[in-house]
Amino acid sequence: MKQAKMNRTTRSNLITYLMVIAFFVIFQILIATGNVSSLLKGQLVPICAYVVMAISLNLVVGVSGELSLGHAGFMSAGAFSGIVAAGYLQTMMESETLVLLIAMIIGGIVAAAAGVIVGVPILRLSGDYLAIVTLAFGQIIKSIVENLYVGYDANGLQFSMVKNTLELGEGGKMLITGPMGANGMATISTFTMGFVLIMVCLFVIFNLVNSKSGRAIMALRDNKIAAQSVGISSSKYKLLAFVVSAAMAGMAGVLFALNFTTVVASKFDFNTSILILVFVVLGGLGNMRGSIIAAALLTVLPELLRSFADYRMLVYAIFLILMMLATNNPKLKGFLQSISAKIKGAVGKGGEANG
Amino acid sequence: MAKMVPLPSRGMVPERDIGKAPILEATHLGIEFGGLKAVDDFDLTVGRTEIAGLIGPNGAGKTTVFNLLTKVYQPTSGTVLLDGKDTHGMSAIQVNKAGIARTFQNIRLFNNLTVEDNVKIGMHNHIKYNTISGILRLPKYWIEENRAHEKALSLLEIFDMQHLAEHKAGSLPYGAQRRLEIVRALATEPKLLLLDEPAAGMNPSETAELMDNIRKIRDTFNIAILLIEHDMRLVMGICEGIAVLNYGKIIAKGSPEEIQNNQTVIEAYLGKKKEG
Ligand SMILES: Nc1ncnc2c1ncn2[C@@H]1O[C@H](COP(=O)(O)OP(=O)(O)OP(=O)(O)O)[C@@H](O)[C@H]1O
Ligand SMILES: [Mg+2]
Repeated sequence: MKQAKMNRTTRSNLITYLMVIAFFVIFQILIATGNVSSLLKGQLVPICAYVVMAISLNLVVGVSGELSLGHAGFMSAGAFSGIVAAGYLQTMMESETLVLLIAMIIGGIVAAAAGVIVGVPILRLSGDYLAIVTLAFGQIIKSIVENLYVGYDANGLQFSMVKNTLELGEGGKMLITGPMGANGMATISTFTMGFVLIMVCLFVIFNLVNSKSGRAIMALRDNKIAAQSVGISSSKYKLLAFVVSAAMAGMAGVLFALNFTTVVASKFDFNTSILILVFVVLGGLGNMRGSIIAAALLTVLPELLRSFADYRMLVYAIFLILMMLATNNPKLKGFLQSISAKIKGAVGKGGEANG
Repeated sequence: MAKMVPLPSRGMVPERDIGKAPILEATHLGIEFGGLKAVDDFDLTVGRTEIAGLIGPNGAGKTTVFNLLTKVYQPTSGTVLLDGKDTHGMSAIQVNKAGIARTFQNIRLFNNLTVEDNVKIGMHNHIKYNTISGILRLPKYWIEENRAHEKALSLLEIFDMQHLAEHKAGSLPYGAQRRLEIVRALATEPKLLLLDEPAAGMNPSETAELMDNIRKIRDTFNIAILLIEHDMRLVMGICEGIAVLNYGKIIAKGSPEEIQNNQTVIEAYLGKKKEG
């Protein structure tokens, strides 16, 4: 059939996959040959987590056209449930990879459940209530975690809220201690798992977008009344995008948290939500490759700029502005496009004649 | 032109549709916007394969009638029977599934998506695979997507638009956008197609072509079409039954000849046109 002809979207998606694979392979080689500073090495897992955060938020903001200001809340819900899961599972499992994997799945499920709780009542309403409610959600998750005490002993997992009333038996261990967050975790996250998570999330997002469900999500974004007039349920497909995105954020949260020995709830506050939104806006709405690049660059940059000490934030701000100009200024955009067209022409592929 | 005959109820349908239940029977339909009766006591019957017209001056309430039939607004009074089934309490989505599709006076396309995707979105409820099969690209996905691709192209062929399939809908010229809206509506496999000013912004030759195509659509798909239009050549040329609306009320109903010779209609609408 004609389907063999590769269309523009398929090719663009392929480039994105290849870019991520290349990034992974290059860093694996650099690590193996000892060419990566420990500073940068420590950033690899967080980069992967933020990349997943950015592409999953782009699914909501860019593809579904809804503004979410609490994406870090889902990361947090995933992170702390993943910490509990991992802490408990380590008592009965040898394989760290398996523990990490199960913890990520649990974190994803918990975050998805939170997504359903937030999304069901809100996405039924017409109007832009989602921004406000997700903003509140981020705060609520933070408050919950800061008042949560979880530990385990021979009797299994034990929870308490507000006050630490846990009396753990012998061999017991606290996993989450209220405002102190989670301490003494085994750092079991790996760059490889981060890479796998990015690839899986990209696969899900690309295939979702290029299916009937994805078309329905984008139709609702472009024109809700028209989409409903052709029989597309608004709440169903907006919720689908929102919950899938929340699940991915939850898994990214687990990956992120289990890269450190200590994690506090304020790591996933409003500022983090905005930071991720910045990645999405800079990378371009609906543009997954842009999100990946923006998230990766803007995560390493502050670390790489440490040597600039006092000027660090200044350079970061200038870089942000430049990036914003490059992606949003029509003149600069045209300039960049003409350059890329020239490069394409030089390579000899020929422009895409579009009759 | 088909002869219009009265039904036992109050409506008229083309003679060939007399044995079949009418596709649409609206009675006493009405809606108020803060005291203003935009549509009041509206009655209309549309035959199974009729091309019907709804005309009237600007602000008469024609588009509001479409919004009531498609449940963009819930009527404050009256009933709408679609194929004999009461649409009371249905949502816009349910009423489309029940068989009404429409176009919009202010074009509402999915501008950032391709022409082909716009049509496939119209086919949404007729593409049979679920989200999981879509993400995992199970065989069902490929079978249904290939079928949808072929079907979308064949629908675009009605207006000779296959070559535009890959273009962004928002980048099409105005006339093509109006035609794409019709194709998208047809993709939902309606029994009744509502066209809100389909010839608006088209030149005379485009309009003439549109008239042929509207007839062709009715004949190929065997559906009823109700259209709103200010272009009287189009209305008088293809409509079998015409209803005239003024200030939210029906002031006349009948065949094109009857409407053209109706003194009330000439005073309220047609006459003014000639002066202007
Ligand atoms: N949502 C609404 N709220 C308030 N008033 C409305 C609303 N929709 C329509 N109206 C009013 O109802 C009346 C009928 O409008 P409608 O758009 O149905 O007219 P129309 O016959 O389609 O006119 P035109 O030929 O200009 O398209 C107008 O006075 C309009 O202002
Ligand atoms: Mg109108």
